[in-house]
Amino acid sequence: MTTSTPTAASSSTASRWERFRDSYLLYSFKRDPIAQVSLAVFILLVAMALLAPWLAPMNPYDLAQIDILASELPPFWVDGSDPAYLMGTDAQGRDLLSTILYGLRVSLIIGFGAVAMQATLGVCFGLLAGYLGGRVDAFLMRMADIQLSFSTLMVAIVVGALFKAIFGGATFSTYAVPLLVLIIGLAEWPQYARTVRASVLAEKGKEYVDAARVMGLSSRRIMFRHILPNTLSPIFVISTVQVANAIISEAALSFLGLGMPETQPSLGSLIKSGFDYIQSGSWWITLIPGLVLVVLVLVINLLGDWLRDVLNPRLYKG
Amino acid sequence: MIAFLIKRLFHALLVMFVISVIAFAIQDNLGDPIQQMVGQSVPESERAALREELGLNDPFAVQYLRFAANAVQFDFGYSYVFNEPTTDVILRHLPATLELVAASTFLIIALSIPIGVYSAIRPRAWLSRFFMGVSIIGISIPVFLTAIVLIQLFAIGVSWSPFPADTGWGAWLNDLISTDGGMPAYGRGDPVPVFGTWETNFASLEGLTYLVLPAISLASIMLPLFIRLIRAEMLEVMQSEYVKFARAKGISLRRIYFLHALKNTMLPVITVGGVQIGTLVAYTILTETVFQWPGMGLMFLDAIERSDIPLIVTYLMIVGLIFVITNTLVDLIYGLVNPTVKLTGKPA
Repeated sequence: MTTSTPTAASSSTASRWERFRDSYLLYSFKRDPIAQVSLAVFILLVAMALLAPWLAPMNPYDLAQIDILASELPPFWVDGSDPAYLMGTDAQGRDLLSTILYGLRVSLIIGFGAVAMQATLGVCFGLLAGYLGGRVDAFLMRMADIQLSFSTLMVAIVVGALFKAIFGGATFSTYAVPLLVLIIGLAEWPQYARTVRASVLAEKGKEYVDAARVMGLSSRRIMFRHILPNTLSPIFVISTVQVANAIISEAALSFLGLGMPETQPSLGSLIKSGFDYIQSGSWWITLIPGLVLVVLVLVINLLGDWLRDVLNPRLYKG
Repeated sequence: MIAFLIKRLFHALLVMFVISVIAFAIQDNLGDPIQQMVGQSVPESERAALREELGLNDPFAVQYLRFAANAVQFDFGYSYVFNEPTTDVILRHLPATLELVAASTFLIIALSIPIGVYSAIRPRAWLSRFFMGVSIIGISIPVFLTAIVLIQLFAIGVSWSPFPADTGWGAWLNDLISTDGGMPAYGRGDPVPVFGTWETNFASLEGLTYLVLPAISLASIMLPLFIRLIRAEMLEVMQSEYVKFARAKGISLRRIYFLHALKNTMLPVITVGGVQIGTLVAYTILTETVFQWPGMGLMFLDAIERSDIPLIVTYLMIVGLIFVITNTLVDLIYGLVNPTVKLTGKPA
């Protein structure tokens, strides 16, 4: 995801691969062990999630494979475990390793989906606000200010609660994935809009924009074909952090019961369902998915940190 | 100054207006007061009559004005579940949340300033690196997970025995890494009544023990953010001309760090920080759910669960008001503290 960014920007005589090989991005990546380990762990987790149907010992969505008698078995290093269930089982007798793999998949899909959603909204609004200025700018940025002052989590919880009230619990569970993408996308677009607007304002005064305008190109073409490519590096930097945020938001919503249902669990709903059993000593149902979630978010944040140091865009501050 | 004040107040009113329109739209589209008042068995004709009588067929704007007129007097109707005015329900739950936020704020301020300043003064010391490492891990742990881990460690207890227990040193090491548990992690115990519905956990030692784990969990979200912010600002200030000049003049380092540099570090921290303390209210929803802390957040989730629309709307309005007040105050304080802010225009 991160490594292909510089090659997509523009065209020149050297091939894309050659330019990538000589880029500063790759150079600094080779010198940063933290970034390498993070990327490796991230790719490993994504691969595990993608290959879940083949890797997982059982299908947690298939009720026929679930043995209720095998519920709350501990992971392999604790006394009383069953070697058939490497990470133990949850309260319904589902193999925890399998549910985590499938849950990782759900979390990643929602995380990336929500970021695509908020990037689309935020980039469009940011471009409009920055390029058109005036009333449009004032209106959009005031909206972003209001939403940010409420904290994105609060907005997500409120929108989630409303959707649940409007659609009813059953419909909400059926369409939980697209709805969560929409909820988190709606809650977090202001981050993008602000960043894009700030870089559009910096680009707008440059000569190439004047040239394009003199040539009589339409505003839309200037915004999307000329200005947008020059604002890509801050967009990529915040995108990494936003994926981590979206995954945490999804987990928080699921933990509150406003997210994925337990029949189709994400990491957040696994943590929630396990939390009810922590007092009876079954810590693994909640803490193992929790650990996976933390590792996933941590490596994405570390990659984001590295990318910010390398690309070093002037991010919107405050 | 007066112009700045008026401008800020106008802005605050505008935001409250937007929030109230949204809140009213929710109430208008989702709540059916007739259903709640008369139940299932009343015929449709009577319902229609009652609807007309209550003015529920009036245009949106007319109904909104009625809602707003009541809202200004803090009258949001009756809660479906509790069958009492929603503001009473909120007032009963408000102290618990405010105490939790206050305790967390105290922890954040008490810890982030020394740690942030230290890691800016000695950026290469191993302790600073340790704090920075911990803080990025801290950012990556969702608040409910921190809470669950704290419960496992200090309420339930963990016993590890990786070392041989029959030797003296082994048993000692095992004891060292195991925890006893026993910290209260459910509800707020028996808080001491102060006046009216206000009960406090601060008055007794036992009450404070109930506050410890929830407050640490809530503080854990903002702490890394504040440490990084203070460190970054302090590092920037340390590079500035006046600090270099103060150093060249031979002023003691302690005086430069804590008198000259810290002052200017705290300016941006006030703006970002003040707003973040407001958003702590949002995170109380998660913390209160884990610890069953009987505050507004838990009440709000219950209200969602039971579709108690008036209570949801009231919560949104009250929390919106809290956010707007904190944001406005922060802006005003910043304008007062920072002499470079042009009070007539936007803060720099």
